[in-house]
Amino acid sequence: MAIKHPTPMLDELEKGPWPSFVTDIKRAAEAGKEACADLLGQLELSYNDKEGHWKHGGIVGVLGYGGGVIGRYSDVPNLFPGVEHFHTVRVNQPASKFYKTERLREIMDIWNRRGSSMLNMHGSTGDIILLGAFTEQLEPIFAELTQKGWDLGGSGSALRTPECCLGKARCEWACIDTQDICYNLTQEYQDEMHRPAWPYKFKFKISGCPNDCVASIARSDCSIIGTWRDDIRIDQAAVAAYAGGEIPARGGAMGQGVKLDVQKDVVELCPTGCMSYEGGKLAINNRECTRCMHCINLMPKALRPGTDTGATILVGAKAPILEGAQLSSVIIPFIKMEEPYDEFKEFVANTWDWWDENGKNRERIGETIQRLGLQSYLDALGFDPVPQMVKEPRSNPYFFYTEDEVPGGFDRDIEVFRKKHAR
Amino acid sequence: MPTVTFKGKTYEVDEDGFLQDPESWDEDFAYYVKEEEGISELTDEHWKVIRYLQEYYKKNGIAPMVRIMTKVTGYKLKQIYELFPSGPGKGACKMAGLAKPTGCV
Repeated sequence: MAIKHPTPMLDELEKGPWPSFVTDIKRAAEAGKEACADLLGQLELSYNDKEGHWKHGGIVGVLGYGGGVIGRYSDVPNLFPGVEHFHTVRVNQPASKFYKTERLREIMDIWNRRGSSMLNMHGSTGDIILLGAFTEQLEPIFAELTQKGWDLGGSGSALRTPECCLGKARCEWACIDTQDICYNLTQEYQDEMHRPAWPYKFKFKISGCPNDCVASIARSDCSIIGTWRDDIRIDQAAVAAYAGGEIPARGGAMGQGVKLDVQKDVVELCPTGCMSYEGGKLAINNRECTRCMHCINLMPKALRPGTDTGATILVGAKAPILEGAQLSSVIIPFIKMEEPYDEFKEFVANTWDWWDENGKNRERIGETIQRLGLQSYLDALGFDPVPQMVKEPRSNPYFFYTEDEVPGGFDRDIEVFRKKHAR
Repeated sequence: MPTVTFKGKTYEVDEDGFLQDPESWDEDFAYYVKEEEGISELTDEHWKVIRYLQEYYKKNGIAPMVRIMTKVTGYKLKQIYELFPSGPGKGACKMAGLAKPTGCV
């Protein structure tokens, strides 16, 4: 039985209906996990002090890899020896996080023996997070994980673990096979993931449709979002059933008894106003549709994405530090995404080349694009600019021209000018 | 702070084994570090990387970016890992006596 620390403040968090992390950690502590008892003790101390008790930084890892483990040390190890070392191991999750119990037991068997037995399921980037290991356990944990077919995820100035929505596994809106893309990219770029080589971190996220269930547009440097370029498929009989209240709107999410007002809830809320509903018939002017998913979300049994599917590729999302938060911007309005994804990978190779060559230390690609201009990035990609890349044209007149665009070039003689314009 | 003693000399290091004071670095420290970083023998190639890191650090006050290091030394990242299995940060920088890398590592 590990040392017990009194935790009056944490005990408050065992009350109430939501699953309590305190209760969970206590259960592991009572089973004899000193790391869990000491973690609660240190956390209680932090609740009292209102400040963290982990030392700055920490550089640990496994041989052959430059990332995957986040080192962490307690700054009060004499009080809480069980968390003197509290390293985090990132384990690459299966795409969309589908598991068999036997595989989870496999991980937990290793983790119960060699770590704290605490986890995050999952880290925000997608990894399985093993929370709290001592340095001397890292290589054995790694050896046992790899022997069972698991590998570490990414950390540091490297490709981070890619992640995707559940895609075609159980969603009728998936326009691309998100899991296959996620797995394919993960395998293709193992080196870039395990051995940091870049100015800073880089993340891929793959969503099957514009609902963007992995928030790729906000949380990945390269967002791959499924879309289509032909017509939305309409089942008029099902539209009538929605209008008549036989099928609840939005798959019942608004309540079972909610009757859909097709005109008010769908047609009038379409952002481009490209729909009409007359004489019980729904019509869509697909040329004007921006594929926002709203009508499809409301009437999943009546409307479906088109069949000519692919993805929109957006680049540059990041959190605020250093130059402000960004969402990804459109770089490729439409690209077919079919195995082996060669065209996409060529784009990725050119992107990394340009960013690695031009990016400053700790500069996300979104900031590099901001600093050097979208044009510079497009030149490196060999892309022509298209209107879809901007929300609106620039409002200021500070345009750069290249010398070859200007008749006579930039080399001018003041004396020639003076012949016509005296001082 | 923990200390390590090697060949009769004592070095102050942190939990990760990084030298606390770059001034206290000497060649023996590199020999001490090589054991825990999975290196059996220090070759001229190792020393080329170590010396480069130290010069850059002395001149610029930071460690070089990976791309700059690979360009100047002529070693591809793959070769760097062959020389230093735990990589340029945890392996080479530690051995060269540079300050510990920070940030989202």
